[in-house]
Amino acid sequence: MASVLSVKAPAAAAAGAAPGRRRRRTAWRAAGFVVPAWIYVLCFYVYPLVSNVKMGFQNYSISSFYTGSAPFVGFANYTALFRDPQFVSIVTNTVLFTLGSLAFQFALGLALALFFRRVFPLNGVLRSLLLVPWLLPLVVSGTVWRWMMDYDSGVINQTLLHLHLISQPIPWLVSTNTSLVAVILVNIWVGIPFNLVILYGGLQSLPEQVFEAAAIDGANAWQRFTRITLPMLRPVILVVLTLGLIYTIKAFDIIMLVTQGGPANSSQTLTTYAYNLSFNQLLFGQGAAVGNILILVAIVFAAIYLRAVRDSGGDRR
Amino acid sequence: MSTVIRQAAMSSTGSRPGRPSKRARAALGTCAGIVIVLVMLFPLYWMLDASFMRPQDLVSLTPTWFPVHGTLAGYRSVFSSQGGHLVVSLVVSLGTVVVTLVIAAPAAYGMAKLRAPGRRALLFALLVAQMIPGIVLANSFYIVANSLGLINSPVALVLADSTLAVPFATLILHSFLRGVPDELGEAAAIDGASRLRTFVSVILPVARNAVITAGLFSFLFAWADFLFAVTLTSQDNHAPVTVGIYRFIGANVTQWSSVMATGVIASIPAALLLVIAQRYVAVGIGSAATKD
Repeated sequence: MASVLSVKAPAAAAAGAAPGRRRRRTAWRAAGFVVPAWIYVLCFYVYPLVSNVKMGFQNYSISSFYTGSAPFVGFANYTALFRDPQFVSIVTNTVLFTLGSLAFQFALGLALALFFRRVFPLNGVLRSLLLVPWLLPLVVSGTVWRWMMDYDSGVINQTLLHLHLISQPIPWLVSTNTSLVAVILVNIWVGIPFNLVILYGGLQSLPEQVFEAAAIDGANAWQRFTRITLPMLRPVILVVLTLGLIYTIKAFDIIMLVTQGGPANSSQTLTTYAYNLSFNQLLFGQGAAVGNILILVAIVFAAIYLRAVRDSGGDRR
Repeated sequence: MSTVIRQAAMSSTGSRPGRPSKRARAALGTCAGIVIVLVMLFPLYWMLDASFMRPQDLVSLTPTWFPVHGTLAGYRSVFSSQGGHLVVSLVVSLGTVVVTLVIAAPAAYGMAKLRAPGRRALLFALLVAQMIPGIVLANSFYIVANSLGLINSPVALVLADSTLAVPFATLILHSFLRGVPDELGEAAAIDGASRLRTFVSVILPVARNAVITAGLFSFLFAWADFLFAVTLTSQDNHAPVTVGIYRFIGANVTQWSSVMATGVIASIPAALLLVIAQRYVAVGIGSAATKD
């Protein structure tokens, strides 16, 4: 800003305008560039959020679309949810889905990131090929996995049978015992590239000398990993886990394509349940209530994430 | 990130001969890397393989590892049954790119170079906006679109899909423009160009690569969207290809070759993106996590 003013000062003096006024006008003109974005944020994020919170307290159903009114019912939508015996199992599914996905995405992503730190030909090409699952539309990935997990003709069951690892085909998508495992497996596959890229970037930013010094001091590979790599990578790990959690909790496409939350809600999570309540049962009030629970969870982890970014950003700048 | 990749590439090609053990280790690394990639990308190969299969191969009890009796029947049925969906997806995705860039590019410039008031608050709002569960937005969008008569309208879908892209595009453009020297805009200002003119004829051309990247990602986000597509379209002929696939497998579980052929075609934009903007993809994934 200082340089802008100094460059402009002669021109301003010549025009006889006070610098203060010009500065205000500059800020005002600059605001013109960001005003559309502010309006956009208000219309497309703030308004839906507020209206969703409000709908959670309303009896918003199919008749509301005709009458245009939805009576306020206090916490009735929430009590209806909590009284529903299925709700507990849906919350359990959500927790298992999220933790299962995160744990394995992270572990495999970190293992791959460590592997790709080694220097070998084609390293860069292979690493960018691994991004393909992240770029693919989730609907496509879900569809392929649904076909691969088919009971009779799916390649997974056929291969396992041929290798005599199982004697009976696994009813991946059609049994209430395995459907949740199936969608978690698919989601792990989807999430590995994201974890790989961010953790690899984090590893590359660690100073090499520390590892060399530790190696000279006689630390073995495992000690270097647990005592140096993990502690130094902590801010990046926090970022990747909280972001992963925020993305995983709102996962929708994979579950809808692979199992649609079934059979018998065995792979239903809060996100797919909110969709079912609103768009299949047309209970928009209850759907919004589930959405509000998701917002609460997102707020908690967004706060953790923002703190983690601030901490790690301080190191970098 | 790109410099990191370049460094890695240089140090790998620049390894001098004469250390056979090191070279053997490097070769082993490449082999292991190839195996990892093959395992991770197997589902894609399997999609391609199945898209060429005949119906009898699809239901056989032994896997058909290679499409030796390949047929294009699957692809022919795609263009008859999914052609309309692909057109809708294309229109909606292009519309999303336009809306996103119109909102994001000026905002990024205003924040990065003009020090617009409230820029920190706006950056923060966009960062948080990315975390709002899509189902929450879909709930409200449906009710608004319904009252405005916009269900099944590509306009509603473009606006809804843009919520996936605007924060990302703004953040990526903002971080690029911060690296553009101030003198560029100042020189234009001295020459008497207005701010708008400076933005359009000086800044945007300089930021071309970042604009292209933001546009490509916006296209991809809209192209891949399923949640807004499935909630904001009720008539089949107005649905994008993601919903087309979803309803198709709901209705005909056995026609896997057509489903997979549709999947292959729906993956083309992603493949193109990886080829055209490979360098930026890693940056794109990382930027969400590291930008404040």
